[in-house]
Amino acid sequence: MSPWILATEEAEQAVEAGITGGFWADTAGIMLVLPLVAFILILAFGKRLKNQGAELAIGALAINTLWATVLFIQNMTEGVLATYSFEIGRIGSDLVFELGWVVDGLSIMMYFLVSLVGLIVFIYAVGYMHGDVRVPWFFAAFSLFAGSMLILVGAPNLIQLIIGWEGVGLASYLLIGFYWEDMENVVAGNKAFMVNKVADVGLILGAIILGLAVGTFDFFEINTAAAEHLETLSTVAVIGGVLLFFGAMGKSAQFPLHIWLPDAMAGPTPVSALMHAATMVTAGIYLMARMFPLFQNLAEGTRPWMVAIGAVTLFALGLLALVTDDIKRVLAYSTVSQLGYMMTAVAAGGYTAGLFHLFTHAFFKALLFLGAGSVIHAVHSNNMSDMGGLRKTMPTTYWTFVVGSLSLAGVFPLAGFWSKDEILATLGSEGYTAVMWIAVAGAFVTAFYMTRAVALTFHGEYKGHGHPHESPRVMTGPLVALAIPAAIFGLLNIPGVDLPGIGNFTRWLAVRVVPMGDHHAEAIDFVIAGSGLLAALLGIALGWRIWGKDRETQVERDSLEIPVLYPLLRRKYYLDDLALGVVGATTGPIARLVNWINDYVIDGIVNGVGFLVKGLGSFVYGILDQRGIDGIVHGLSAAADGSGSAVRKWQTGRVQQYAASFVGGVLILIIVFVFVT
Amino acid sequence: MDWFETWGLTLTVFLPLAGVLLLGLIPRDNEDALKRTALAVSVAAFVASLVVIAQFDFSGTPYNTYQFEVNETWIGAINANYHLGVDGISLPMLVLSTFVMVLAVIYSWNHWEEPKNPKTFLILMLILATGLNGTFVALDLVLFFIFFEVVLLPMYFMIGIWGDRSPRKIPGFGREVQTRLYAAIKFFLFTLFGSAFMLLGFLALYFASGEANETGVRTFDIVELTDLGAQGAFTGRFAFLVFGAMFLGFAVKVPMWPLHTWLPDAHTAAPTVGSVLLAAIMLKLGSYGFIRISLPILPQEAANWAPAIAILAVTGIIYGSLACLAQSDMKRLIAFSSVGHMGFVMLGIATMTDVGINAAVIGMVAHGLITGLLFFLAGSMSHRYHTREMSRLGGNMKLMPVMGGILAFTAMASLGLPGLAGFWGEFMSLVGAYNPLGGLSLGVFRTAMVLGAVGTVLTAGYMLYLLQQVNLGEPGDEWQGRQFHDVDRFEMTAWVPLIVLIVVIGFYPKVIFNATTDSVVSLVKMVFG
Amino acid sequence: MLVNQFLILAAGLFALGVYGLLVRRNIVLILLSVELMLNAVNINLIAFEAMIRSSDAVGQVFAIFVITVAAAEVGIGLAIVLMIFRNRKSANVDDMSLMRW
Repeated sequence: MSPWILATEEAEQAVEAGITGGFWADTAGIMLVLPLVAFILILAFGKRLKNQGAELAIGALAINTLWATVLFIQNMTEGVLATYSFEIGRIGSDLVFELGWVVDGLSIMMYFLVSLVGLIVFIYAVGYMHGDVRVPWFFAAFSLFAGSMLILVGAPNLIQLIIGWEGVGLASYLLIGFYWEDMENVVAGNKAFMVNKVADVGLILGAIILGLAVGTFDFFEINTAAAEHLETLSTVAVIGGVLLFFGAMGKSAQFPLHIWLPDAMAGPTPVSALMHAATMVTAGIYLMARMFPLFQNLAEGTRPWMVAIGAVTLFALGLLALVTDDIKRVLAYSTVSQLGYMMTAVAAGGYTAGLFHLFTHAFFKALLFLGAGSVIHAVHSNNMSDMGGLRKTMPTTYWTFVVGSLSLAGVFPLAGFWSKDEILATLGSEGYTAVMWIAVAGAFVTAFYMTRAVALTFHGEYKGHGHPHESPRVMTGPLVALAIPAAIFGLLNIPGVDLPGIGNFTRWLAVRVVPMGDHHAEAIDFVIAGSGLLAALLGIALGWRIWGKDRETQVERDSLEIPVLYPLLRRKYYLDDLALGVVGATTGPIARLVNWINDYVIDGIVNGVGFLVKGLGSFVYGILDQRGIDGIVHGLSAAADGSGSAVRKWQTGRVQQYAASFVGGVLILIIVFVFVT
Repeated sequence: MDWFETWGLTLTVFLPLAGVLLLGLIPRDNEDALKRTALAVSVAAFVASLVVIAQFDFSGTPYNTYQFEVNETWIGAINANYHLGVDGISLPMLVLSTFVMVLAVIYSWNHWEEPKNPKTFLILMLILATGLNGTFVALDLVLFFIFFEVVLLPMYFMIGIWGDRSPRKIPGFGREVQTRLYAAIKFFLFTLFGSAFMLLGFLALYFASGEANETGVRTFDIVELTDLGAQGAFTGRFAFLVFGAMFLGFAVKVPMWPLHTWLPDAHTAAPTVGSVLLAAIMLKLGSYGFIRISLPILPQEAANWAPAIAILAVTGIIYGSLACLAQSDMKRLIAFSSVGHMGFVMLGIATMTDVGINAAVIGMVAHGLITGLLFFLAGSMSHRYHTREMSRLGGNMKLMPVMGGILAFTAMASLGLPGLAGFWGEFMSLVGAYNPLGGLSLGVFRTAMVLGAVGTVLTAGYMLYLLQQVNLGEPGDEWQGRQFHDVDRFEMTAWVPLIVLIVVIGFYPKVIFNATTDSVVSLVKMVFG
Repeated sequence: MLVNQFLILAAGLFALGVYGLLVRRNIVLILLSVELMLNAVNINLIAFEAMIRSSDAVGQVFAIFVITVAAAEVGIGLAIVLMIFRNRKSANVDDMSLMRW
């Protein structure tokens, strides 16, 4: 065995062999701290700098990217496994809180992802946010986000993970509500924060239950205990796992806690690109991956439910992208759907599959969002009905967007194909055949709506009033930079193929303390791969058929039923037209129904609960507190007052009355003493 | 510094009182001299407490041993002595008290509320300081009671004279009174009501100690009573009644639901500095009393009462958070948030475990810093806007960006954002609730844990609501064209230390745990075995 | 010697005195009624003394006490009445209710 192969059983030997990190791993903590330092420095003097603080933000992330790349290469060639923590408080006779950092396959991948994609998006943001309000605050909050995310993925224990988790929640609240003069954006930010807070109840309770069962919050200890089937842990593993999953559902926008993500598009596009496409929402998937041994060994009962939720997310929510006019919302629903893919994969046991998709998705989704931002910047509108024909005036944006879309759709040989295929293969081999076919159908839907987006935005003719032009180099450069990985990174994990000298993605991820034993494909299953590819190509073809044509107005191009219905009646013998008609006639209404349920039922419950709680608050305060409890307090004083007023009436000042009282009293005493005793 | 061993604590407690005498000699129009003297005296007390930290032995002495101890005969006839001492639990409280007092004096430098009378106000603040500092270091029940009550009078006058003069309708009774007068009387009588019963409890312990003591001598000394209590000397019906009596006294001060109704009125009516001192330090007297007196002297009884206390605590958390959502007055919202936060503190105490009580102590410190800062901000804002109505405020970030930014930061700290000081108390009390003392009902405590976690969601809700109403959006039309002075240097000097501490304790809570953990662990071991 | 007749006489006088105390409006008559009550008590005391014939003549001594106190009280009482009459020109007790709530 080559020295760098560290899968499953070999991982244990690695720990015993004492493979450590070396200089770069020993100092990896600096990656977690630098962006926070940038945050504080930007707040202090960002305004005075030439680029409004962007230099500090980009500088921090550039250094981080360097570190992460070195670690990544080190992991590719020889494997890196190290963890450092220092105590920040002993809270009981044996319970300790620690902070630190972890360097293993999973966290190195995340460091690399966050730093590199973050760096690219930051550079893009310099152009996008040029001349906007509060630019220093933007880069400060963005750095805060990057720092919190790194703290999250580098956490050696649940406590630090919670710190990073809520930190990214805070940063997303600040950035979604970046344009806080408009109350709608503030409401969107609140929604994101509150839905995540509800989910965090699960995270915190799960962390407490699992941590106390093992006696420590450290991930390695808990995972080792899970792998060894520790008695105290197995009794609470299911409930702990469910609670952690609930927390992950919020962050990773799984059905039905996905409702915050589309509204979160209120923030500036670079924010959407980094946070809600590439990194923050993946925190939930990361948590599931980090706690994988728990779900594999002790909490298996939860996994079918997790797969089911992932499946619903993947398919039903993907359909919503078909009926929305806002290009960012299309991408948002697409993100939710892809998160469903990742969650399903990890829940089904596809550790590598889910994480590989996370990896590739980060690149092509960020690319798509940045491209959308470029388009939005050009036409000053988010709506596809204001776009059209932009490929002529914005070629770079167009081509990179197409690369991203094809990768997302899962077209061979782009990155998304390989990662999606791995998920399908995992689902198939783990026995979730029905779910696998749902995922294949989801691939169709993905391609379908992305084609719609590309067609409506870039094809046809531009009918608006502005003069859209290509974005400046500082924005198109990052697009190209992301298009390359979106295209070729799939080749890093071709099933059964080991790239010379560096292995493949599976092997890099396998470097961890507790062995995984997950399924990862050894060879390409052509049936499954073919199904996925076919579904994607079908989606593209059908979508092109429907939306590829230009019309008088963008709105007309987008109206689905009417143009389809008549040609279908006239050309009913053509099989492609038949397929087009059946699918087109059903997909549209189903998507709109799902959209309606989304807006009126689920969001209706959320809004209703909000009003209910507010009303309950008024009741509790107005009735129970002010009238009820305070009423008793006031009543007591009124009683004292009243009885006092009553008693004093006795003093009339009239002597004869007093004398009469004497006599009366004496009589009573006589009666008592003579007759009673 | 041997003399400091004996005199250190006396200095922290009585230096402010000496300052009162000095202030009395300075004529009332010499505002500068008054302020400087007050600052000097409070800084001196703070420095004394810092020296206490510097010379404190953190190596983990067992519970019921105190450092910097002073034990002089005072009222020999009833065996009440001048007994002071500090240990890991009272040390953070003492430092918090002296520290916040310094900040309050700095803040008041040019912020006097109507009717401006700096001399009287500073004198009242210093008397308050003596009472607060004294309560945390007193080790004799009579001494404790005196300091406990001493804080009532200055606060009563602060609220009654310098408080909010606007009229207020008493709901359900139709009468209209001036807010400050109503709030001051309510605060005073309500707290005194509880303290009366607490005094009965203390006296009962005094008499019982004579029977339980092998020497037959009755004592008011907390150290001796703790020893007796840990041996199980006070049990049965007697313990039930005594615990109940003391519970009333402490619970009103905490404040625990349903004895909390004085708090919103007192906080809204009080002048800024009064609110800050009330929230940051005075509220801690109640829970400190639970930890120092009720728990060690009557441990079995405390364990019997624990589920009830947990239920009341959780009710306070949920109730306080819900009530916050119905507020339109900024200070009243923050006041109800205190009810919620102290609910977490009491939940921690109710678990009767080392983690839980530790959670309570750090929760008290964090709440003191955070809510103190919140009230500073609320006061500064209402001073500039001349209103506390949240519907009229709005877009504060535009008008006063620095103040708005600090408000946002503090709101995040208050909702328990991990990485800031407030998280540890909340999280650890939930940890403690999961595994309470052996023999306590798991059902009650774990339900309390879940409800407490739900409470954190509600807390986030009302803090975001506060920010949305006050900080964000566009400023209302009535503020158009007005120039607002952002944070001035006195406010900044007062607030920056709080901000720094909130972050430091958030990321490195060891600064508190170094002192508290050993004491708490040994307390639990001593009384519960 | 039976005391019954004397007790009945005393009771009757006492009742007359109480009636006068409660009903009369002229304050001098009220004082007079009080005197009547005191004298009734005296008769009672002497009657019982006659019955038990104690060695210290307790009843008679007590009766002397009562007479003395009555005399003192009447002196002061009439003085007060005189002052009130001079100031208010009325001896009607209903008008003298200043010490009320």
